[in-house]
Amino acid sequence: MAFPHRPDAPELPDFSMLKRLARDQLIYLLEQLPGKKDLFIEADLMSPLDRIANVSILKQHEVDKLYKVENKPALSSNEQLCFLVRPRIKNMRYIANVSCDEWAFSLLPLDVDLLSMELPEFFRDYFLEGDQRWINTVAQALHLLSTLYGPFPNCYGIGRCAKMAYELWRNLEEEEDGETKGRRPEIGHIFLLDRDVDFVTALCSQVVYEGLVDDTFRIKCGSVDFGPEVTSSDKSLKVLLNAEDKVFNEIRNEHFSNVFGFLSQKARNLQAQYDRRRGMDIKQMKNFVSQELKGLKQEHRLLSLHIGACESIMKKKTKQDFQELIKTEHALLEGFNIRESTSYIEEHIDRQVSPIESLRLMCLLSITENGLIPKDYRSLKTQYLQSYGPEHLLTFSNLRRAGLLTEQAPGDTLTAVESKVSKLVTDKAAGKITDAFSSLAKRSNFRAISKKLNLIPRVDGEYDLKVPRDMAYVFSGAYVPLSCRIIEQVLERRSWQGLDEVVRLLNCSDFAFTDMTKEDKASSESLRLILVVFLGGCTFSEISALRFLGREKGHRFIFLTTAVTNSARLMEAMSEVKA
Amino acid sequence: MDCYTANWNPLGDSAFYRKYELYSMDWDLKEELRDCLVAAAPYGGPIALLRNPWRKEKAASVRPVLDIYSASGMPLASLLWKSGPVVSLGWSAEEELLCVQEDGAVLVYGLHGDFRRHFSMGNEVLQNRVLDARIFHTEFGSGVAILTGAHRFTLSANVGDLKLRRMPEVPGNQVVPTDVPLKQKRWALDRVAHILLAVGPDLYLLDHAACSAVTPPGLAPGVSSFLQMAVSFTYRHLALFTDTGYIWMGTASLKEKLCEFNCNIRAPPKQMVWCSRPRSKERAVVVAWERRLMVVGDAPESIQYPWRLRFVLDEDSYLVPELDGVRIFSRSTHEFLHEVPAASEEIFKIASMAPGALLLEAQKEYEKESQKADEYLREIQELGQLTQAVQQCIEAAGHEHQPDMQKSLLRAASFGKCFLDRFPPDSFVHMCQDLRVLNAVRDYHIGIPLTYRKYRYKQLTIQVLLDRLVLRRLYPLAIQICEYLRLPEVQGVSRILAHWACYKVQQKDVSDEDVARAINQKLGDTPGVSYSDIAARAYGCGRTELAIKLLEYEPRSGEQVPLLLKMKRSKLALSKAIESGDTDLVFTVLLHLKNELNRGDFFMTLRNQPMALSLYRQFCKHQELETLKDLYNQDDNHQELGSFHIRASYAAEERIEGRVAALQTAADAFYKAKNEFAAKATEDQMRLLRLQRRLEDELGGQFLDLSLHDTVTTLILGGHNKRAEQLARDFRIPDKRLWWLKLTALADLEDWEELEKFSKSKKSPIGYLPFVEICMKQHNKYEAKKYASRVGPEQKVKALLLVGDVAQAADVAIEHRNEAELSLVLSHCTGATDGATADKIQRARAQAQKK
Repeated sequence: MAFPHRPDAPELPDFSMLKRLARDQLIYLLEQLPGKKDLFIEADLMSPLDRIANVSILKQHEVDKLYKVENKPALSSNEQLCFLVRPRIKNMRYIANVSCDEWAFSLLPLDVDLLSMELPEFFRDYFLEGDQRWINTVAQALHLLSTLYGPFPNCYGIGRCAKMAYELWRNLEEEEDGETKGRRPEIGHIFLLDRDVDFVTALCSQVVYEGLVDDTFRIKCGSVDFGPEVTSSDKSLKVLLNAEDKVFNEIRNEHFSNVFGFLSQKARNLQAQYDRRRGMDIKQMKNFVSQELKGLKQEHRLLSLHIGACESIMKKKTKQDFQELIKTEHALLEGFNIRESTSYIEEHIDRQVSPIESLRLMCLLSITENGLIPKDYRSLKTQYLQSYGPEHLLTFSNLRRAGLLTEQAPGDTLTAVESKVSKLVTDKAAGKITDAFSSLAKRSNFRAISKKLNLIPRVDGEYDLKVPRDMAYVFSGAYVPLSCRIIEQVLERRSWQGLDEVVRLLNCSDFAFTDMTKEDKASSESLRLILVVFLGGCTFSEISALRFLGREKGHRFIFLTTAVTNSARLMEAMSEVKA
Repeated sequence: MDCYTANWNPLGDSAFYRKYELYSMDWDLKEELRDCLVAAAPYGGPIALLRNPWRKEKAASVRPVLDIYSASGMPLASLLWKSGPVVSLGWSAEEELLCVQEDGAVLVYGLHGDFRRHFSMGNEVLQNRVLDARIFHTEFGSGVAILTGAHRFTLSANVGDLKLRRMPEVPGNQVVPTDVPLKQKRWALDRVAHILLAVGPDLYLLDHAACSAVTPPGLAPGVSSFLQMAVSFTYRHLALFTDTGYIWMGTASLKEKLCEFNCNIRAPPKQMVWCSRPRSKERAVVVAWERRLMVVGDAPESIQYPWRLRFVLDEDSYLVPELDGVRIFSRSTHEFLHEVPAASEEIFKIASMAPGALLLEAQKEYEKESQKADEYLREIQELGQLTQAVQQCIEAAGHEHQPDMQKSLLRAASFGKCFLDRFPPDSFVHMCQDLRVLNAVRDYHIGIPLTYRKYRYKQLTIQVLLDRLVLRRLYPLAIQICEYLRLPEVQGVSRILAHWACYKVQQKDVSDEDVARAINQKLGDTPGVSYSDIAARAYGCGRTELAIKLLEYEPRSGEQVPLLLKMKRSKLALSKAIESGDTDLVFTVLLHLKNELNRGDFFMTLRNQPMALSLYRQFCKHQELETLKDLYNQDDNHQELGSFHIRASYAAEERIEGRVAALQTAADAFYKAKNEFAAKATEDQMRLLRLQRRLEDELGGQFLDLSLHDTVTTLILGGHNKRAEQLARDFRIPDKRLWWLKLTALADLEDWEELEKFSKSKKSPIGYLPFVEICMKQHNKYEAKKYASRVGPEQKVKALLLVGDVAQAADVAIEHRNEAELSLVLSHCTGATDGATADKIQRARAQAQKK
């Protein structure tokens, strides 16, 4: 079932080095404060910290107690307090009179092919507030990667942020000239992509296993808390989800409809292996117990966990509602029965199914339809405010600014404005264009792009989800993720050539770039390794789709994201909730 | 070669000591050394002399002169001493001259007599005066220790990071008689800055906390006072000289005696220093009197009869302990006294048959074209010692001072190498390189008499050597050395050029343009050069314009910012910070600007810098909400102003009136922004809030901040149907929503009667399938069935399946001849119970296909 890699697929670089680097630096910082100290950690740094240095390592370096940073004065009996926080204004108000050191931790390897910067707020800060402060962090992370794994001979990117990050990164490289010079590149390509180039994919319901687990249980920093309904005991269990979990590794990229069958097959095999011991003599039995049993037990444990998770997901998702939901999503993606979909969304709102879900559907409708028609725009918003509370007026203002939920503007006048805007945009000094313009600039042309890039596969008969033929399998064969398609096309051409129209439709004419250095030293193996950088987050569906593409072409993709995201996280980032 | 060992003197059986001249000094001293305060830096460092110290001169009418010379006697600086009386001089590890004054002030000078800074050893000293002071070196850096008139010690282990430590009192106080000439320093410091103090016949060890009496093991009896103490260069050993002319030598920990010696000279020696070589078993002390020099050693075989060497001093001399020997300088010469290293001894010892000695001989014969060369060579080869011979020659070359002798040894090594197959070339090549560098810096004009051992063995790296050259402003030589050793640019040439540039900006007589141009011409885009550092130096010298010119050459805009801020060029700093992309920097500049400019100007500046503006907005959101409002006001951004007030109505205001007022302001702003939708929605919210308030007053319960939908639901659940309907009418709740709402609420109440009434009130705008669904959700199949019959034909099958009537569903589907419905029913057929139905469907399908 789980597709094996082609035998000539390149080896992935060892990213655990990043973890060691971060740990050593943290220890170094702790040792700068000799003696006992209390460590205050910001809530969203706790999980990453746990992945890098566990409590016993901290204790070894004289950390006495661990506290969570809260927005109130810190109380501690210890004389030395050490704070580990992201540089945010709201924290620093409570932490005064301190000396600062920087823990240059930026990249957390969540898996063999997935690096996360664990910066979920990047999305809101940049795409909503226009705050560019994390771009420098991205550039530094890229710089770190190139010092560790050699220069990247081929660079591609699309999006304003991608371009800025790329330019900053280049400056850093130039400043520290010589460090990477002469190193053999280990990774042949790097592709930077802004989340706002493709909001559609991120807004869709996920149906590959890993994505579904994320949508249902929320994967946090590479691990998930399975509640009692999954563990079938009265305890919750924190489970690391990565390639080391052999059961998970085989189903993570599978369409959900296949997963259950696979798991039951696996269970049967396991039983057969257990059964082998019946005919054993003592020596064989001894061998079995000492060598195989532990592995089998481990597999058994994992298997029962994932079966539990599947059941729980089925309970939630296989009801009529979910089928209807998926049907509506597919209709939106394909652009038919718009009225019907609109009524569905209206009903969704009227029934108060879920504020986040309703919002997601509205956004999906808006982006695929290039904005809502004025009547719907007003009525849906009114309905939403009535259902979920008037404070969401602010949410709508946010969504409009980010270009996620807009009103269709009369066609002709727009192009004139648009060209004006793009002129403004080219002017480097202009930096960020004003909000009013930017919401216009982010007009979506999804339908036209979809046609150009052939995102909706023509289906002749049933799409066999067991044997996917293209990346669309991650959305049940209905839609090829736009982001992944762009990456595929550019890599195929090794440039943006021939994609001018698409780039224009994406409103990215000034932000699509390629940069190739003549690098004879790049081995053919390295040229089949591609680092994809998602600025603003990527979804597990996109990761699965590109993993599939990699297997097809004999490439390997490596993912660097500001954070792993999904539709709910995106919507929550845009929501205004009462204080 | 017979005379080569003429200056070798045996000390005991196993070691030779030699003394050779480093330089002949023509420094033209006007005074005797004994009349000066003298300080010579280790590692062949500079010599400082302060003539005419106060203690000699009764009337301080003549100002004393401070002279600084290189080790070869080249004058580096000379200045009139205008400050107070100096007690002691000493050099720090960074070659800064520390002058400890009687009042406890320590003045720090550079190598060229440039004043750097000053600090004080504490207020307490002001009254008591400093009696004596010592500069010492530990792993933390260079420290200063003083002895005050109150007989207390104060020390700082690192003058770079000044922390004063007062040492504990010595028991019995007043124990250091003040009349004893200060020259007889009777205290010493060890590795961890503990002080060993001699008081009469007693010794005390002072550490941070306590003062304890100590006794050296095996000390001869009859000592009534100690005249001199010496701690070795590495702080491992201690020597004591008593008033009986007796010398005790042992470990600095005072745990072990190495040897003792009675020299029968009761006169207090002028100086006593250790002279030993790292990794040598030999340990010796050099004791100097006015005209006499004595080397006293401990020869391991004959501890009872230690050996000594005597030298006669022609002139007043001064000893400088070094890592591997002792430097001795006087008016006319500068000499080095050390133990002959093993390799040299092997080769040059008279009648030595060591392989190195034979190889040297062989090479000489070879040059004479004599066949003896072959004989010698064979002899070495037969013993299989050629490798060793080559190594010996290479090593010995390193210990020679004269280039001629270095050359002949290296030539011998090279000659021997020809007959070896695989001799790794590194040691030879490195030795050649090192010697070239060493000979260059030993040159009379440079005057850094480093020995190979000091240079090579961890003590002094090439980096430090380059720093020393830079300190002496010998930039060309430093660059030549870098290029010769092919050091990477960043560590080598660039660094030196940067130092040069920092020196260059101090030349006040050259115009800004010329300096900037000269610096840029030399430095260009050399990697690793920080123009901003150079600019900072220029600014430090008061040359702001030059600093700005230099900053323009700085390619990293971020680096320019701090200095620009310091120079009050904040607006320029802002654009540079933005260019750098470093938001921390932008914040720094913003906060600067905010304090510097008035509000209007500040806002105007922000307007032209959108990135800074958005950052500042972020800042205001957390810190200064009012400012945020002003910002929006200034930009006439009514949309954001509206949002701002909406947010305020939730966060800032508590009272209902306040909230409504905030919402009113918001609504006004939205009208101005031509956002009628938002304005209307806000007005609705104001209405709802007031109403909720009234409901709470009249009905009790929680209504505030519920959504409209939830408000109506709450009313229905509370049985206030009339009110609910009124509300729905007032707020024009669409029919569909109202039906969903009522349906859900009534089912929640399980008020089936009311639900049925409601269903019949008029034709349902949402159909009857939802009724079925919701009844089933409440597990009421009976009620559900009632509504199933009313479901329209399109959804009939679904409804029937929901209530579990598979058979009827099948009938309907067959009737509809709808393929999708048929499969749906089929998927609901389970096991035996629905077997008949399934068959029925299959048959219907087959029939349909036939047609």
